[in-house]
Amino acid sequence: MIQLPPDARGRFGDYGGRFVPETLIPALDELARSFEAAWADPAFQEELAWHYKHTVGRPTPITPAKRLSQEFGLDVYIKREDLCHTGAHKLNNAIGQALLAVRMGKKRIIAETGAGQHGVATATACAMFGLQCVVYMGSEDVERQKINVFRMRLLGAEVIPVSSGTKTLKDATNEAMRDWVTNVQDTHYIVGSCVGPHPYPVMVRQFQRVIGDEARAQMLEGPGQLPDVAIACVGGGSNAIGFFHAFIPDTSVRLIGAEAGGHGLETGEHAAPLTAGSPGVLHGSFSYLMQDEDGQVVGTHSVSAGLDYPGVGPEHSFLKDTGRAEYHAVTDQEALDAFVWLSRLEGIIPAFECAHAFALLKKLDLPRASTVLVNLSGRGDKDMESASKLLEL
Amino acid sequence: MSRIDETFEALRKRSEKALVVFVTGGDPPIEQLPAILQTLEAAGADIIEVGLPFSDPIADGPTIQASSQRALDRGVRTQDIFDAVKAADISVPIVYMGYTNTAMRHGFRDFAQRAAASGATGALLSDLTPDEATEWRDAAKLANLDTVFLVAPTSTDDRIKLACDAASGFVYCVSRTGVTGAANAVPQDVSRTIDRVKSITALPVCVGFGISTPEQVRMVCSVADGAVVGSHIVSLLDQYWNDGAGSNVLREEVEALKAATRS
Ligand SMILES: Cc1ncc(COP(=O)(O)O)c(C=O)c1O
Repeated sequence: MIQLPPDARGRFGDYGGRFVPETLIPALDELARSFEAAWADPAFQEELAWHYKHTVGRPTPITPAKRLSQEFGLDVYIKREDLCHTGAHKLNNAIGQALLAVRMGKKRIIAETGAGQHGVATATACAMFGLQCVVYMGSEDVERQKINVFRMRLLGAEVIPVSSGTKTLKDATNEAMRDWVTNVQDTHYIVGSCVGPHPYPVMVRQFQRVIGDEARAQMLEGPGQLPDVAIACVGGGSNAIGFFHAFIPDTSVRLIGAEAGGHGLETGEHAAPLTAGSPGVLHGSFSYLMQDEDGQVVGTHSVSAGLDYPGVGPEHSFLKDTGRAEYHAVTDQEALDAFVWLSRLEGIIPAFECAHAFALLKKLDLPRASTVLVNLSGRGDKDMESASKLLEL
Repeated sequence: MSRIDETFEALRKRSEKALVVFVTGGDPPIEQLPAILQTLEAAGADIIEVGLPFSDPIADGPTIQASSQRALDRGVRTQDIFDAVKAADISVPIVYMGYTNTAMRHGFRDFAQRAAASGATGALLSDLTPDEATEWRDAAKLANLDTVFLVAPTSTDDRIKLACDAASGFVYCVSRTGVTGAANAVPQDVSRTIDRVKSITALPVCVGFGISTPEQVRMVCSVADGAVVGSHIVSLLDQYWNDGAGSNVLREEVEALKAATRS
């Protein structure tokens, strides 16, 4: 087994670490210890596996995309995280962390959410385990994603709109961190992506790696080969890191992340820190982010609320700098186009987020007949209202 | 011996404790900062913390968040704050209070050098603990800047020792788990945390978060070496400063807070 980062201090190369107020450090130490113990405990692994199967509905299949393959002259397979309970990969992590919270005796759960997918996944896990659930959501996102707000409330969660700063995911995360600093003794914070202070980036990766572990085995079992290329969208980066992880030692597999190019990198209105940002500290870890000359984090834009975030998980920064993975920006328009053609070629309506990943099939000049595996991180149901406003069909 | 050390020594001789006050750089507008600092000094503040606004202040409550946002909306930059502090030319120690990314953006060394050149004595980065601070401490040392670190009620004795070993000037003890902002009462168990810190270090210990009244200052100063008043000053400035027309409100309030450190 190849020893992969992070090191004991949560560093992936230079990236990661812990940049939070002192008040939280003891809680992060406790969390790191509890996670490591749980991960090494066969009873926990068994419980997690049970929930992956019976709650989330795993394993999710890989679907050969016949018409899409023909269209692009490629051999495309799709990993179907859209078939997870609640409609996206987010539940893999929310269930894992909720199980851990129960083990740690924490009765109150908080979370941040952008599009609402992580909020819904967390509210779902809390309903199952009888935990109190508070979700912070930017007031603009509360307006944009009304149905998911209703879903969370229906599941018994309290949704708190955050109207500071950008009124979106970045500031919802700030507010969740403030809640945690205040209520750290009885509260567990279920971070929704592979961001934040150590141990979050590694813990979220471990709860999401089931995506790549399954997909790798399924590729070997079905098509009988590893993919030449594996593509996923990158917001905070959790579906991508979970998907990439199993393939990192397979150096023949080209790993590609799709970032939100918004209105185009040249406009500055995007959410592509790996492609167009620089390293700095946001939300507790050192990683690429979008910032100005004075170190202020700048506003972002993406048609996809789940990618509309100025930071990214530290492991992606590491994979970028080491060259093991590459990252490309996809504009709103390219993603919307892919949203339509994927629906029509394969009968699969993707979430706006992973429409970005599919757009790269067209945008990148991949060698003909390459075997390509794309991670479909979630389904498009949540985006129907936005899509109906953006698209003339 | 740094200016902060001298300040605490002088206070000890007078049997007083330190009144530490906080003001956001750039709120009220940056042109006002020199006059605000001079007013605070004249009213008896012993140490002044000048906040460097950051877009994502995770350790701050609503008052300082809103103040930082107003400053950023006005376009204030870190160097503008350094320039205003230099222009104020006051003699009480200035400590910058900010977040890691501000200091890291152009390198810790560059930041520490520019901070020191503005006449400041120290700096505190709210989201930087000694575990991650090696580079920062080297840079600060090179620039002759004191490095203040936080201890919290949740800190273990080992962590308190880590913070005290890394700190110079004083140790900042957070009164409660939580963010900055006024509170009705300072928790009773703050004295337990202070006792733990005092048993580990000879450095002065100042207590902050949630302190706004002379009674709270008096209570804190009965067990610690100083009290930090932040959000309350920020609110006063926002409400009454009015380009200096309301400076008497600030002066009277700070005088009353300072008087509470003498009893
Ligand atoms: C379907 C879907 N994909 C991707 C993302 C982006 O998150 P991450 O990059 O952590 O996978 C989200 C976030 O809301 C999402 O809902």
